[in-house]
Amino acid sequence: MHPAPSIIFFTVFSGLGFGLLAWLGLGLPDVTGWVAFVFFALAYLMAVGGLISSTFHLGNPQRALRAFTQWRTSWLSREGWLAVLSLLVMAVYGAGLVFLGERWTGLGILGSILSLATVYATSMIYGQLKTVPRWNAWTTPALFMVFAVGGGALMAGQVTAAIILLILLGGLQYIAWTTGDARFRDAGHTMETATGLGPVGKVRLLESPHSGGNYLLREMVHVVGRKHARKLRILSLTGLSILPVLLLLLLPAGHIVGLIAVILHLAGTLGARWLFFAEAEHVVGLYYGKR
Amino acid sequence: MTLLPEKTDAKLGLVIDLDTCVGCHACVVSCKGWNTQGYGVPLSDQDPYGGDPSGTFLNRVHAYEVMRPDGQAQTTHFPKSCLHCEDAPCVTVCPTGASYKRQEDGIVLVNESACIGCGLCAWACPYGARELDQAAGVMKKCTLCVDRIYNDNLPEVDRVPSCVRTCPAGARHFGDLGDPDSDVSKLVEARGGIDLMPEQGTKPVNKYLPPRPKDQPLEEIDILAPLLEPVAEDARGFIGWLDKALEKL
Repeated sequence: MHPAPSIIFFTVFSGLGFGLLAWLGLGLPDVTGWVAFVFFALAYLMAVGGLISSTFHLGNPQRALRAFTQWRTSWLSREGWLAVLSLLVMAVYGAGLVFLGERWTGLGILGSILSLATVYATSMIYGQLKTVPRWNAWTTPALFMVFAVGGGALMAGQVTAAIILLILLGGLQYIAWTTGDARFRDAGHTMETATGLGPVGKVRLLESPHSGGNYLLREMVHVVGRKHARKLRILSLTGLSILPVLLLLLLPAGHIVGLIAVILHLAGTLGARWLFFAEAEHVVGLYYGKR
Repeated sequence: MTLLPEKTDAKLGLVIDLDTCVGCHACVVSCKGWNTQGYGVPLSDQDPYGGDPSGTFLNRVHAYEVMRPDGQAQTTHFPKSCLHCEDAPCVTVCPTGASYKRQEDGIVLVNESACIGCGLCAWACPYGARELDQAAGVMKKCTLCVDRIYNDNLPEVDRVPSCVRTCPAGARHFGDLGDPDSDVSKLVEARGGIDLMPEQGTKPVNKYLPPRPKDQPLEEIDILAPLLEPVAEDARGFIGWLDKALEKL
């Protein structure tokens, strides 16, 4: 799949933003007044910034409101609802903390649940697609959720939780990569099943339907970026999990250490999310003799 | 509405004969010609006369070489357009309700004025049947020429999809695949019509008729080969002189 920057930024930053909101909703850290304002501003900046970024790849963003209508079948529509609901609930809860110094516990917990549900809905936009076998598995929602709560814990200054969750995240990312590598083959999709010519013999593309490119190839058959996938995996894993965990374990907790850990985690996450798209193979590539 | 109908009253679709298709691309051209001026926005091209042309098409013809177990290769031309699946994954993923499957005839359509151009339906389609028009930013797909097949202003012979009407080889057939007594259903039954990528569980309405086995085994082709050897061994006249002169050089 084409790793569009707008979609990478959207999933990474909205995931982090909603992850941070989930922690704030639970009162972790227990902040009020100006400190709370800074935390909430950061979370909203990332969550809303990510959502706005996602509209950049739309052909007709002026009709985006229509995306709220089909929540009964569409994960994309559900994500829209959950995002708006969690941002509204957390705005009321945050206003209580910032302006009144009051913690409305029930509202906070509701906001946390909604925030995590938003991340789950985002992950299912990809996880639901049978056409991309690498995504179509439990690892996709699991990974998005742990990215959100792990990165959120890091942002929220929850050191112990961050260490545990980032170790879990590293392991999960490794499992997602290794199991994902075999999933296309295991799903049984081949040029023979795609064309139905399997009973006749082995199929090879003789001639493409067009000499130039097209939307399908640009959007869904992204083969150029996989050359350095192995190196990128190692770099991403080091950034998103190993280095932040080592920093938090070995150095005394503080704002500078926390900031460096967040930056490293963010860089690793962006790399991993780029790979999430670039390595994903869509079955339509089979019709073009590509994967 | 993106909820799929429980059952459609008819299953209009195409039957494509891979044995008969000659790969002339006439269906591609007639499809683009009809659909760029009828239903919805035009099918735009980008850089059409430049160095890197591309454009929106609802129907494309691939060509495959199939290597048989006996070592003979066979060419198969392979037209591909929307299969109007019964369990269409492109419809249910749509966030706006722009994509829908019609209860009355099973045709899968896009309401372009509701399409935000997110592209998720194209991702959900295993067959590459949907293309986002780069000029209009809305999703385009085969409509089964819905503006022809019910059009009383056209002569009856033209009330079929443009690709079917155009095909010079008679490789494309249109009809109700939900009716077991229809011509297309009988054709599918007689020729062992198949689904594309059945493991995706989309239950396509369109069927493909597999190519018939070749009736000549490989060895017999060689009978004519000796006749293809050079025949003009002894050149005479001017050519003969030229041949000798060039030899001496």
